[in-house]
Amino acid sequence: MTVSAPHRPIDALAIGEVALIAAIDRAGLAPDTAQRLCELGFDEGVDVEILHRAPFGGDPIAVRVGNMVVALRRDMARLIEVEA
Amino acid sequence: MNAPVSGLARTPMVALVGNPNAGKTSLFNALTGSRQKVGNYPGVTVERKAGRLALPDGRVCDLIDLPGTYSLDPRSPDEAVTRDAIFGRIAGERPLDAIVAVIDATNLRNHLRFVLELKALDLPLVVALNMVDLAARDGIVVDAARLADLLGLPVVETVAVRKRGLDALGAALAARIGNAAPALPEDRPSDVRALQKQARALAATVETSSGAARRWSQRIDAVALHPVIGPLLLATILFFMFQAVFSWAETPKSWLEAGIAVLQAALTAALPEGVLLSLLNDGVLAGVGAVVVFLPQILILFAFIIALEQSGYMTRAAFLMDRLMARVGLNGRAFIPLLSSFACAIPGIMATRTIDSPRDRLTTILIAPLMTCSARLPVYAVVIGAFIPTRNVGPFGLQGLVLFALYIAGIVGALVAAFALRRTVTKGAAPPFLMEMPKYQWPAPRDLGLGLYGRATAFLTRAGTIILASTIVLWGLASWPQPPENAVKPGIEYSLAGRIGAALEPIFAPIGFNKEIAIALVPGMAAREVAVSALGTVYALQGVDEENAGSLIDQLRSAWPLPTALAFLAWFVFAPQCISTLAITRRETASWRWPIFMFTYLFAAAYIAAGLTFHIASALIPAS
Repeated sequence: MTVSAPHRPIDALAIGEVALIAAIDRAGLAPDTAQRLCELGFDEGVDVEILHRAPFGGDPIAVRVGNMVVALRRDMARLIEVEA
Repeated sequence: MNAPVSGLARTPMVALVGNPNAGKTSLFNALTGSRQKVGNYPGVTVERKAGRLALPDGRVCDLIDLPGTYSLDPRSPDEAVTRDAIFGRIAGERPLDAIVAVIDATNLRNHLRFVLELKALDLPLVVALNMVDLAARDGIVVDAARLADLLGLPVVETVAVRKRGLDALGAALAARIGNAAPALPEDRPSDVRALQKQARALAATVETSSGAARRWSQRIDAVALHPVIGPLLLATILFFMFQAVFSWAETPKSWLEAGIAVLQAALTAALPEGVLLSLLNDGVLAGVGAVVVFLPQILILFAFIIALEQSGYMTRAAFLMDRLMARVGLNGRAFIPLLSSFACAIPGIMATRTIDSPRDRLTTILIAPLMTCSARLPVYAVVIGAFIPTRNVGPFGLQGLVLFALYIAGIVGALVAAFALRRTVTKGAAPPFLMEMPKYQWPAPRDLGLGLYGRATAFLTRAGTIILASTIVLWGLASWPQPPENAVKPGIEYSLAGRIGAALEPIFAPIGFNKEIAIALVPGMAAREVAVSALGTVYALQGVDEENAGSLIDQLRSAWPLPTALAFLAWFVFAPQCISTLAITRRETASWRWPIFMFTYLFAAAYIAAGLTFHIASALIPAS
């Protein structure tokens, strides 16, 4: 039985669509990386938006988080969920 | 205060600390101007920038610019330097009397979190609220007085690039620096998420208008990161940069060459024929001069690199390149040190400190020498000038195109090497890619000027020391023993250098190199551009008997067949010889294993590439 989560990964956002971060799967990240993500402003309740997808396959993506723009790869972006 | 301020024996030590892209270095440059000293921290190759700052109360303090970091919990070697300096753990470095926390007014939430972390240290702290002009441009208004109240810290609004707010910053610092050194701070772990929440609330309170942050940057990015236009723009910028290096430098270079010729003529007129004249003209001026004439090209290249870095475009290039870099097992972040390596592998290798994964960092260090550094420019320029005709192919000069092809060959070589290394010696999981993309900014002329000044000084110091010394040694080796009375061959054949060259010739003959090249490669170990000065010296001494020798370019044209020239170019795409690169690799990797490995694999690659080029070219080009 699967429970459909009320969240979707940040990666599923359309360019320009603004959403609030609902959950970050910190267990899926190395502790160092989880902390750097936090230092760069990724936290529950913060507004995010995908600004750009890189050429050649749309990876990495540029995400606006607060007033900061951060580049990250999609495999990491999948661990950050936004409110649906 | 009881004691008069002037009686203070101690010079207070103040550090600039802040997130990357807070404008820390601009502020440092504005505060210290050209009175700054650039050195290294002991044991690591992290640049240490220090200067003096006069406070309004007459005291003088030492100011250091610590590497930008997101927190006191370091993720990379340069961030570790900042942490260690703050906690007084760097040998030979005095503990801090005060900290200036530099924050970006357009990105308060994130930067305030670091201020809160610094505040917990209980060191005298002044906040420089920087880039208030850019914030205003974006419609962001920050209530600095309110922020100061809420933080319980002095907050000074600054615009580093316009030198605004510097006096107020000095006054705030003077008020915070006491006569006694403060106690060393305690290293307590902090809860980043809690601080982050606190900072967000704080930012929301003091931002009286949040504006449309980064509107301008987003507009530029719509073009710069466009899936089609973006990569084309990057290719165009790089192509333009390399064309400019060649064409813009032509005029100043001809002035330098003319100046050297005037000096040589003056010496010939003033001094009697003999050893001293030969040393000065054939040794020093021919050798060092052959390298110094490339100063304009090197400065143009560095100007582009510094401007790309300061404008914020470099991280966009990294973003565009990440996919390609991922294919060879690296990430986009490695693109920045690699692009710096086009100027020189040494700052490039130093820039790998920002890569947090040790394996990625090692791979990047090992391939950095394959990026065509500016020291290869003299070599390429001389050989291209001698052998590639100055005609146009379409709108582009053929010489520029050949140079571009050599750069591409280096890049392809580096990608292939990275691919092979990541599957063998640096095997392991790919690290995550997380990179802040700062807002765009015009490069500040002062920062650009100070950066170029530092590079020019470093280049001329090298020319005046390592290149001068190796040139004189080579001149000596090439001049003694003197040829016998009844010599039939050129004098250099009898000299020590000639004998060393003759001994090495069998190694290099299969790839089309003659004895003169073998001789020049020996001192060329010191630095790549020395190979040119060495060829200059070798051919200058050879030409002694012949009627007036022409320029090095003319001599090469008559002495080398075309396949040899092409093989020589191919050799230098990979050429391992640069003592400084090997030394910095030793220091960065803390072992001899990696510099030895680097030398071996580059030598093998250079030998194979030169050999293939020589034999293919010989087969295709009929001997004339």
